[in-house]
Amino acid sequence: MSTLAPLSETPETATSTVQELEAVRARFPAGSILPQDGLDQPTWIVSRDVLAAVARELKDNPQTQFDLMLDLCGVDFPDREERFEAVYHLYSLHRGARLRLKVPLREDDAVIPSLIPVWKAANWFEREIYDMFGVRVEGHPNLSRILTHEAFQGHALRKDYDPARRWILTEDKIYKPHFDLPPGENEDDMFERMTVNIGPTHPAMHGTFRLMAVLDGETIVASDVEIGYLHRCFEKMSETHTWQHVIPYTDRLNYCSSFINNVGYCKTVEKLLGVEPPPKAVWARTILSEFSRIMDHCVCNGTTLVDAGGLTNFWYLFQPREEIYGLLESVCGARLTVSACRIGGLIQDLPPDFEARCRRLLEIIPPFVEDSEKLVNKNRIWIDRSVGIAAISGEEAVNWGWTGPCLRASGVGYDVRRAHPYDLYDTVDWEVPVLYGGDVYDRWRIRMLEIWQSLKIIRQLLDRGMPEGPHIVDDPHVALPSKEACYNEMEAMIYHFKLIMDGIRVPAGEIYNMVEGANGELGFYTISDGTGKPYRNHCRPPCFPIFSTFSRLIQGGSLSDAIVSLGGLNIVAGELER
Amino acid sequence: MDKMTGESWVTTTFETLEDWAARNSFWPFPFGTACCAIEFMSTVSSHYDLSRFGSEVVRFSPRQSDVLLVAGTINDKMGPVLKKIYDQMAEPKWVISMGACACSGGFYRAYHVMQGIDEIIPVDVYVPGCPPTPEGLIYGLLQLKEKVIRDRKRFREQGRNQGNNQEKNESVNAGATV
Repeated sequence: MSTLAPLSETPETATSTVQELEAVRARFPAGSILPQDGLDQPTWIVSRDVLAAVARELKDNPQTQFDLMLDLCGVDFPDREERFEAVYHLYSLHRGARLRLKVPLREDDAVIPSLIPVWKAANWFEREIYDMFGVRVEGHPNLSRILTHEAFQGHALRKDYDPARRWILTEDKIYKPHFDLPPGENEDDMFERMTVNIGPTHPAMHGTFRLMAVLDGETIVASDVEIGYLHRCFEKMSETHTWQHVIPYTDRLNYCSSFINNVGYCKTVEKLLGVEPPPKAVWARTILSEFSRIMDHCVCNGTTLVDAGGLTNFWYLFQPREEIYGLLESVCGARLTVSACRIGGLIQDLPPDFEARCRRLLEIIPPFVEDSEKLVNKNRIWIDRSVGIAAISGEEAVNWGWTGPCLRASGVGYDVRRAHPYDLYDTVDWEVPVLYGGDVYDRWRIRMLEIWQSLKIIRQLLDRGMPEGPHIVDDPHVALPSKEACYNEMEAMIYHFKLIMDGIRVPAGEIYNMVEGANGELGFYTISDGTGKPYRNHCRPPCFPIFSTFSRLIQGGSLSDAIVSLGGLNIVAGELER
Repeated sequence: MDKMTGESWVTTTFETLEDWAARNSFWPFPFGTACCAIEFMSTVSSHYDLSRFGSEVVRFSPRQSDVLLVAGTINDKMGPVLKKIYDQMAEPKWVISMGACACSGGFYRAYHVMQGIDEIIPVDVYVPGCPPTPEGLIYGLLQLKEKVIRDRKRFREQGRNQGNNQEKNESVNAGATV
């Protein structure tokens, strides 16, 4: 069933990528594309006039093949003449290459062309940049607010927007659905149709989404999805807190596996700082990330089956989670929102029984997973409800910006842990499971297979033994001194005071760094201006592009199939809406 | 008595029986939006087993539930929805605010987050924590139980006093007319 990832075995070297990019650049008028050097990945400053053509060329040219649009975000520089920057992050699955496009925009003329014809993933990202920065997108079919509510005034991520300024939503302003009806139909002649509203608080909607579906009998003709019911202003809050204080906010992005978010953020800042965490921290991060992944997959698969009517499975899969909570609690004192990472290491030294606890978990978890697999794998009811439901091909999934288990269930073996190894993933023996159905069943199955791979990784790391040494870097500019030192040494106390009051001084620069989250590539695009706070901290949420596909996935299926297909996508509202 | 009828008997007042039933059969509506909802799932699942406290009959319909359990951040977009759900619940109803966000907005002092659900609906029990542990939530539910009993007693006494006063007034009036 599982095979090694086919695409990531031969990543191209960086030099050849540079040559190919130069070849593309030469085709456009001089001055319309300016490369920016000295950054973490190749970066082009692209003039708005050629943006659509450049995007098309980058995607279609067999020498570059940037088929995955990872991310689009805005940045505000009030002092510059060209105040806004639209930043695209592109990825080539075949070559393992990355490219960043920056489009500078004047405030009085903040318009970008829509890239939906090139990458469908652009759809919601473009709505987001409109919502957050007021950058208009020409040619977008439904340019409306997506994260904030409709009565919201102003654009929240502009630097001159007061972080605490709220607006009251009244009922007459709430969102009007935008249905993508089949050609030849309009909403006026829908006598035979019925429009059903599900959510935002509905047992079948995981979290806080709202689905509005136009039905013909049981069949969904068109639908629209509304989000924003859990927009908690993560990115604005990042800009008002010091670098360390952002860590608890990252917990609450994907709260089902909060540790992975911690790792993703801390690694990003560490790279900016040029700090390398000690071996013990790296070892523990890898183990705890994999345990978190198991936890996340357990919740996702458990709740998916609840939607299909199988409650037993939920109890089976929730128990491993409860056991892992015990481990996390012993490491940092919290169960769910752990904040166990610190920039440069871990929050504190690992407990003396850490290894014993992990080994015990390796014994406890498999029986529960086995039981669940036995119940469901060949279950006639589940197979009838899930095989072929909400199927998507690998090519289309890539076009919509999918990553993670959902993409791997569609036959594309892209896994950040394998394609761009970090921590200890390149030193252990494990496989990237890939399935080819792309339907609800395969999305369910692949998570089960990944649980076994995670257990395999953890077992190997435990056999290797815990590395000796400190749990955090010994650098007073990054890590807090010990309490004992603070109370007894003048210098340590000064460092402590400076770190708490001013924050870590991160050198000016920008970086995009990614880890494999439980539901895809979790990236952080972070800009520092050399002060104690992030200038901009954007999270690339893996489920944002996945959920933007939901309307397309359920179209033509029955309403009950739509409910089943939502669970398998593993949409976590905290991360979706940040 | 047992020997006479062959069955077990307990003597009590109707009020005590009613209190006992009301105290031990909450039907919560989990208004779960965020991280706290995951901890609520822990609380109802087998490890902590909320049914030991008679509150496991989770109902997703406001018409069928009497405790609104707000678990998670409520933002300005969700606010009107929460208000509508609360209005749809039948009396008597209670509200538990689970977690720092529902209590006060938590550390999201931000442009899109409601600074506590008590901006729009009344709250009976605040459970602190981010998120609260299942033990914390269970403690909150136990506190609510006590509050329910206290309130019922108080209402009964109020009713009795009001009734007595009415009788008195009526007799005074009757006397006056004679």
